[in-house]
Amino acid sequence: MTGMITLAGVNKTFGAKHVLQGVDLNIERGQSVVVIGGSGSGKSVMLKSILGLLTPDAGTIHVDGTQTVGLSRAQRTHIDANIGMLFQNGALFDSLPIWRNVAFRGLQDNTLDTQAARDVAVASLKQVGLGPELLDLYPAALSGGMHKRVGLARAIASKPDIIFFDEPTTGLDPIMTDVINHLIRDCVRELGATTLTITHDMTSVRAIADKTALLYQGRIIWQGTTDELEQSEDPFLNQFINGLAHGPIEVEGQTLERVAGGGS
Amino acid sequence: MQAIATIGRFFLAFFRQTGLLTLFIVQAAKALVTPPVYARLIGQQIMRIGYYSLPVVALTSFFTGGALAIQIYHGGNQFNSEAIVSSIVALGITRELGPVLGGLMVAGRVSAAIAAEIGTMRVTEQIDALTTLSTDPFKYLVAPRVIAATMCMPVLALIADIIGILGGFVVGTQSFGFNAAIYVQQTVNFLQPDDVISGLLKAAVFGFIIAIMGCYHGYHSKGGAQGVGRATTNAVVASSILILAANYLMTSLLFSA
Repeated sequence: MTGMITLAGVNKTFGAKHVLQGVDLNIERGQSVVVIGGSGSGKSVMLKSILGLLTPDAGTIHVDGTQTVGLSRAQRTHIDANIGMLFQNGALFDSLPIWRNVAFRGLQDNTLDTQAARDVAVASLKQVGLGPELLDLYPAALSGGMHKRVGLARAIASKPDIIFFDEPTTGLDPIMTDVINHLIRDCVRELGATTLTITHDMTSVRAIADKTALLYQGRIIWQGTTDELEQSEDPFLNQFINGLAHGPIEVEGQTLERVAGGGS
Repeated sequence: MQAIATIGRFFLAFFRQTGLLTLFIVQAAKALVTPPVYARLIGQQIMRIGYYSLPVVALTSFFTGGALAIQIYHGGNQFNSEAIVSSIVALGITRELGPVLGGLMVAGRVSAAIAAEIGTMRVTEQIDALTTLSTDPFKYLVAPRVIAATMCMPVLALIADIIGILGGFVVGTQSFGFNAAIYVQQTVNFLQPDDVISGLLKAAVFGFIIAIMGCYHGYHSKGGAQGVGRATTNAVVASSILILAANYLMTSLLFSA
């Protein structure tokens, strides 16, 4: 177990649906790994399994050397303390002002008093290019792009060793997408953190990935560096990264070739 | 066969929901008795659940007290017993109508609001965010609401008692010509501490039910805005039915001897 995060044979089933079917993935310390895959391929379930929000039916997940499957929330406190997470829509707490959102962890574990929390919030917001004028606003007053940036500020506020990004650029315009990608890359470099991003945005992949893995039908079917990604002749990968309608990737049980009337 | 399958599905769903609710209550109870206690959040919820429910509870009980006085006056009139208005209004309001109608009104207002708020937090991943930030959602979201509702409902019921009796007093003295001093004297003489205390006890249980139902349905909501809407409706319906059922059980227990 040399990796910072290691998944081995992870399975997860919901009713009759096998969402994860033996996922194996190793993320080295300091590495930025991006998992790509279509909607319903199991990316979010995999991420939630690592975060302990879902319990896999089989397999092991090691985070910084600790096997986490089956641990209670209390047992994994020391792991959670070292993790930052940017949710797809920011998941900012509507009832709290921005400064309380950003410094939430420190306020909850009583490591920060009010003034220190505001200082941490100012510093974190500055790292994502936002000013202190936002401190006392509520999330409802922010745009989608600002939500993501404040979410990123919250994720990095406690200077975690591991950061997860769930669809960080979904729903953003191309310019804001580039801003977020740059922020992620810069923040991660500054912190030296290990990161796992799930996305289907190839611009993000090229901007932030050291290594990319393709998740399809609950399995990692390809993984490699960004250079290998561009040179790969894997038909699944090529179809996905080029956004092609025709190819081996199935949509809702049918191949796209059949959907498009191009196959039998 | 189809009918049997439908009945089977109904019972399976019923037992599943009962099991989930039991587990939820156990987790909530655990969160109530273990630190940390979020005093600031409890204070906020006391304002939302208690203070802001005052107008609706006061108006409900005032009109109910007045209507009760009219009914008892005309009912008693048939037996030349109009004088019982003050005592029966006091008894009816303190033992039953104050806590039950107050509980139902608060259920409609608060249970729905709790389910909508927590349901929205569920579908927008805010509850997942809490968990990843090392904060137990049961301690942060559920416990403050349950504590606040259980504390506030008896106070609201006591206010409902006073205003309900006042409603009866206004109707009795203004419409039926009762002497004000005698009306008050009869109310005070007839009313026993147990009448009021039993109502407050019921109100505390209703407060617990209102908060638990709101939190439970919100916490388990799924499916976006439609799911949150469904959770809100279910919370109000479930808490109203449970309040009435609990009222019957507690009345049987408290007054059967």
